[in-house]
Amino acid sequence: MNALPWTLYTAFAGALLVLFAGARSAALARGIALVTAVTGLVLALFAAVSFVPGPGVQTLVDIPWIDSLGIRYHLAADGISLTLVVLTGLAATAGVLFSWNIEERVGEFFALYLTLIGGVYGVFLSADAFLFFVFYEIAIVPKYFLIANWGSTRREYGAMKLALYSFAGSALVLAGLLWTYAAGGAHGFALGELARAASTLPRGEVIVIFALVFFGFATLAGLFPLHTWAPTGHVAAPTAASMLLAGVVMKLGAYGCLRVALPLFPEGFLYWQPIIGWLAVIGIVYAGLIALVQDDFKFVIGYSSVSHMGFVMLGLAAANARAVSGAVLQMFSHGVIAGLLFAVVGRMVYDRTHTRQLADLQRMPLHRLLPFAAVTFVLAGIASMGLPGFSGFPAELTILVGTWASSRVWALVAAFGVLVAAAFTLRAIQLAFFGSTGESAPAEHGADAHPLAPISLPEKLGAGLLLATSVLIGLKPDLLLDWINPALQSPLFQAVIRKGTP
Amino acid sequence: MNSLYADLFHAAAPETVLVVSALLVLGFDLVVGRHRTQAQRLVLATFLGGLGVLAALAVDVAVGATGPVFGGALMLDPLAVAVRGGVLVLVLLTLGVASAAPVSRQPAEYVALILFAAVGFLQMAAAQQLLLGFLALELASLSLYVLAGYDKARPESAEAALKYFLLGAVSAAFLLFGFSLLYGLTGSIAFPEISHALAYQPMSPLLAVALVMVLVAFGFKAAAAPFHLWAPDAYQGAPTASAALIASASKLAGFALFWRLLWSGLGTVAGQFTYHQSYPGWLTIVALLSAASLLLGNFAALAQHNVRRLLAYSAIAHAGALLLGLIGAGQSGPGPLFYYAATYGVATAGAFGVLAVLERHGPAQELTDLAGLYKRSPLLAGCLFIFVLSLAGIPPLAGFFGKFAVFASALQLGGVASPAGWLALLAIALSAVALYYYLMILKQALVARPTAAATPVQVPAVAAVTLIVAAALIVLLGLFPSVLLSLV
Amino acid sequence: MNDLPLLSLLVFLPWAGALALAALPGLSDRAARGFALACSLTTLVLGLVVLAGFNPAVVGYQFAEQHAWIRALHVNYRLGLDGLSLLLVLLTGIVSPLALAAAARGARDVRLLGLLFLVLQGSALGVFLALDFFHWFIFWELSLVPAFFLIKLWGGPGAGRAAYQFVVYTIAGSAFMLLGFAALYAVTGTLDFSALAKLGAAGQLAVLLGPKAVLAVFLGVFAGLAVKVPLFPFHTWLPPAYAEAPTGVSMFLTGVMSKMGVYGFLRVLWPIFPAQLHACAGPLLWLALGGVVLGAFAAMRQTDLKRMVAYSSVNHLSYCLLALFAVAAGTTPGGPAAVSALSGTVLQLFNHGLSAAALFYGVGVLERRSGGRRGLNDFGGVRTAAPVFAGLCGIAMFSSLGLPGLNGFVGEFLIFRGVFGLAPGTAAIATLGLLATALFLLTFWQRVFHGPRAGAAAGSFPDLDRGELLTFLPLVALMFLFGVLPHLLTGLINPLVTAWVTPLTLP
Repeated sequence: MNALPWTLYTAFAGALLVLFAGARSAALARGIALVTAVTGLVLALFAAVSFVPGPGVQTLVDIPWIDSLGIRYHLAADGISLTLVVLTGLAATAGVLFSWNIEERVGEFFALYLTLIGGVYGVFLSADAFLFFVFYEIAIVPKYFLIANWGSTRREYGAMKLALYSFAGSALVLAGLLWTYAAGGAHGFALGELARAASTLPRGEVIVIFALVFFGFATLAGLFPLHTWAPTGHVAAPTAASMLLAGVVMKLGAYGCLRVALPLFPEGFLYWQPIIGWLAVIGIVYAGLIALVQDDFKFVIGYSSVSHMGFVMLGLAAANARAVSGAVLQMFSHGVIAGLLFAVVGRMVYDRTHTRQLADLQRMPLHRLLPFAAVTFVLAGIASMGLPGFSGFPAELTILVGTWASSRVWALVAAFGVLVAAAFTLRAIQLAFFGSTGESAPAEHGADAHPLAPISLPEKLGAGLLLATSVLIGLKPDLLLDWINPALQSPLFQAVIRKGTP
Repeated sequence: MNSLYADLFHAAAPETVLVVSALLVLGFDLVVGRHRTQAQRLVLATFLGGLGVLAALAVDVAVGATGPVFGGALMLDPLAVAVRGGVLVLVLLTLGVASAAPVSRQPAEYVALILFAAVGFLQMAAAQQLLLGFLALELASLSLYVLAGYDKARPESAEAALKYFLLGAVSAAFLLFGFSLLYGLTGSIAFPEISHALAYQPMSPLLAVALVMVLVAFGFKAAAAPFHLWAPDAYQGAPTASAALIASASKLAGFALFWRLLWSGLGTVAGQFTYHQSYPGWLTIVALLSAASLLLGNFAALAQHNVRRLLAYSAIAHAGALLLGLIGAGQSGPGPLFYYAATYGVATAGAFGVLAVLERHGPAQELTDLAGLYKRSPLLAGCLFIFVLSLAGIPPLAGFFGKFAVFASALQLGGVASPAGWLALLAIALSAVALYYYLMILKQALVARPTAAATPVQVPAVAAVTLIVAAALIVLLGLFPSVLLSLV
Repeated sequence: MNDLPLLSLLVFLPWAGALALAALPGLSDRAARGFALACSLTTLVLGLVVLAGFNPAVVGYQFAEQHAWIRALHVNYRLGLDGLSLLLVLLTGIVSPLALAAAARGARDVRLLGLLFLVLQGSALGVFLALDFFHWFIFWELSLVPAFFLIKLWGGPGAGRAAYQFVVYTIAGSAFMLLGFAALYAVTGTLDFSALAKLGAAGQLAVLLGPKAVLAVFLGVFAGLAVKVPLFPFHTWLPPAYAEAPTGVSMFLTGVMSKMGVYGFLRVLWPIFPAQLHACAGPLLWLALGGVVLGAFAAMRQTDLKRMVAYSSVNHLSYCLLALFAVAAGTTPGGPAAVSALSGTVLQLFNHGLSAAALFYGVGVLERRSGGRRGLNDFGGVRTAAPVFAGLCGIAMFSSLGLPGLNGFVGEFLIFRGVFGLAPGTAAIATLGLLATALFLLTFWQRVFHGPRAGAAAGSFPDLDRGELLTFLPLVALMFLFGVLPHLLTGLINPLVTAWVTPLTLP
């Protein structure tokens, strides 16, 4: 367990190192980035081996930081953090592998990339709300530069929109946290202490503060109707950035909702619960329907991310142990699957064909030109549809089971969302990879005219890593649920999770 | 009586060191500099000046917080020591910036003026008396007027100086008027006694006029809306180092003076303005100034194409936040305010420093002049990245914790039951708006491709060290804010 | 019984074969076909081994395997087999290799085809053997993926659309089924079919869920199954999918996959929701009747032979559901009529698998000979050109329309006997379907095989070659075998069916 803080230290150290290495040699920079990412993953897994699940967080580091405000440098982990730390390690490693072809300003790219990763690790491990917020913002900033510098389609617009939405969200969070701290007379920013402070506030204030904090975080999680940054941001981002964006950054928002907003303000949550639930299910269906009519391949995936994050938010809104554990599982699962989908779209297809228009792709017999990409996308698509055997299934099933106990109507609408997800995923598979399956059609667009570069080894490794994870968790969700479920027994979570059986 | 003067001399030792070193700079230049080039004279002058500032810093630390001096005319409390230290560090940074700026006519005089201004700042930090405060303020201001117009070759510089001077003079008149009314009302010029006398006075129209006068003047000095009009032009036209000084050290010293005046002098007429209980006082006016500055600064900055004007409007917005800190300082002490002002000064001086270096290779006015900075000079781009993000309030940089602490202190006054709480929430919301224009700077510097004519930028060693030190300060103070907070 | 996990082997051997194919990219078409066929045949072999060790007198599950799997969800890996499963496993064993052989013949990229086919086969077997919803549903959904690609990549010109429609319809149903089980799990904490059935029989589910919700859950699960069968009016995906799919795949779809739905009705819906099914049986009976009658009449109006056979599948499978709903609607449990109807249902499943696969194969042969034409009026006098083919086709048709002496008769007869006893009016209307079936099959027979050689049959029209014969003949032989000796099958299921109806609960 004590290895966990090193995940973030290595990421930051790697960022610094790669920045200087990048000035000399791109290959060296790539190597360092890969080593750093893999080290993070190994550390996370190493910590996981010795992890003993239990209620409440297990402190890793706890030293006073800013005495005058009672702020402590307090890192801690429970099963939920650990799950997401492992996810971050996976996504980071895969992301480096899929950015192997970055040629421009390699050092800076990976420096920003690893800073982002370090921030994400930090968020997942923070037990002090101030520290949490600091890491949260550290994770947001590099996104702007990653997208604006190395992105594609309308990148500056997408980057700015994303940055502004993220910051508007985090400003709300900051406002809520400060309000609680100041008005509740807290002596520090430990989550338990803030929860105590919040409980002294009048109900009306708690309701408002909850809304600030929750919707602030939910902006980053892509909750409808605060999601509009997500598709444009995803589309504009370079592959690795969209992988991280969908894979872990959106999780930051959901994690913030779960770790901070819910336990601190149970009363506020009860007030907002119906609205959140409805927004979540509307998001699931709405984003799915939008994805169904997109012409740009990446937009399909972008909206699909919003739709799938809707399930996470639904799990949180249902607020029983089952639904919440499903939501965490879905965070993990979506992180892996969305990463994979973006990798195929951005790296395997777009970098080779230079188009993402489904109409253009339709004319290319991509399943023959890029069979590996086709197979990967089909498998990832299946996983994304929530078909059993992949991680999406146990996650969505658990969420649906939990949601049913809270609201049957939500569960029903969400089930419709599953259907929509299947429809748009299939459509994308069909149009992008199997647009021209006949014998005759490919002749003029054939591989002979403009051969596409074959799928490289790093891409194969990255895809294999993510696919294997998805299947593993699909077949053995216990691996994660055994971490997650005990964590939900902590008093902070129990304050808000009242119904449901573990 | 002798011991009193000895005390005064002891307390004013840093100022003495500065004055002596300023004279040294002038004299040395007169003797040695005659046959040298402008550039060499500049280096020599800044080097001597820097030594003097360092010496003053050492003396400041050595003197330490000794309490009231000279019958309470000066107050050497920990805040004064800290502010003096902060001002000296900022002056040092400004000198570093000045060393990189294109050579001015009379470099030694320029440096000497900076040092004279610094003397004013140091006095402002410790003054606990109306008259001394006013004198210190005017000493600093007069130096700054000249500094702003120092670049005679450029009409913009002259325009900046004139505007700054005219409005500054008006504000000085307001301030003096307010001070004299206060004296008339209380019969004293010492802050503690004013406070004592006002405690037994009801709020009279005359007192209200006095408060308004003082605060208007203060608004001018701090470039708070709606008295900010000089700031954009002054920032745009003044030589870069002068602008850096106006934006950094003068802010820190000014807020220190006004904190002392408002809370230890006029604290009893601060008024109260929660919803439960409300009686008039200067808090209301400060809150209004703060709200206006926050709104105007942030929104006007969105429309700027000129980096310096943009920084000016950002300074107005920051002044709004500092005013909020001033409100909060009544309860939680000047710590957050001091932290905010000091780190803001470092960041903004650093940003001007980057512009100063850039100016050696062409204009550094429009946002697009920054295009491709990452390629022209990675060092400048990296430093600018840190300064601007700190201004934007991104953790873990110092700007973030400054905002955090100030907003926390404002909210602690009474949560949202007091308008200060709402102001804090407004400021937080506007910080998201601010991000847009800060990112516009960084977009040019780090994302946009360099223009065809752009050449690599050579960073002089002194400037490089200055910028790196400033950036390191921003990062380290952000990571360990207790270092600064514990000083106060 | 046996130390070998026979059932797991049954399910996973085809998948292992698929994996092996995936790992051998350089395989020649010939070798790939041979290997895939061998893997596909394992099902039949293992099925026969299981048959040898099967004790028909025992009512419960045999060869059961159980392992703890996902503790957090209380999910066990549980496989088991009774007479119903056994029959369907055998059917899969018979139809799959033949269908694979038909599909692989002359196809491009045989390796991929074989791979997908084996995945499909394994999934189907998994559905027939799994006893816990969790992995049952894995198999159920996974079967869609290879089916989708088999139709899409090797199908006709409209295959893309048809495949899409097929998958979306099925997933739509599945989504609601999934939701239904999510709800069940939320209140019971188990996904085990047997445990749920116990609760369902005792009426506990209605208590736990509330009367309205239990009905909603029932309808959700029902929707998932009804689309798969398909029950009228959920059938609209079927004709295009079957028609566009390549011959071998159509054979598998109709021979095995359509059985998954009916199997689900028998194994899942009825045992878990007996009361709800009883309550809804009236309207459902009408739907089944609609499938029987309208399916047959729709088939009559088709000029595309493949679509005609596809509609006939709707018709034939509706008989199964007709019988089931009639039994469920019955007020008095048990009775010989119910036994007869249910035995008929199970037999019909098996028999329809054989005959429909044979018919599709026949159409496929026509298609291949004529260069893709398969209109009712594109042929004439095939009997004189290819007598052996005509004969075999004829037998398949007569089996399909239920001529005594052939296998189709026994199932339909038992169903009608049972339904007449339970719901005479319905049965009477359903005979219309019989009539129409006879009509369209005879039309098919007459137009295509009789008369002067015309259309595509006018030119060279070779008779069946050795490979085709090897595919067609076993099917026809089995039709005769089970037509003459139906008790070979009934013996396996009789105790089971009797047990079903006596307390009117399923194991």
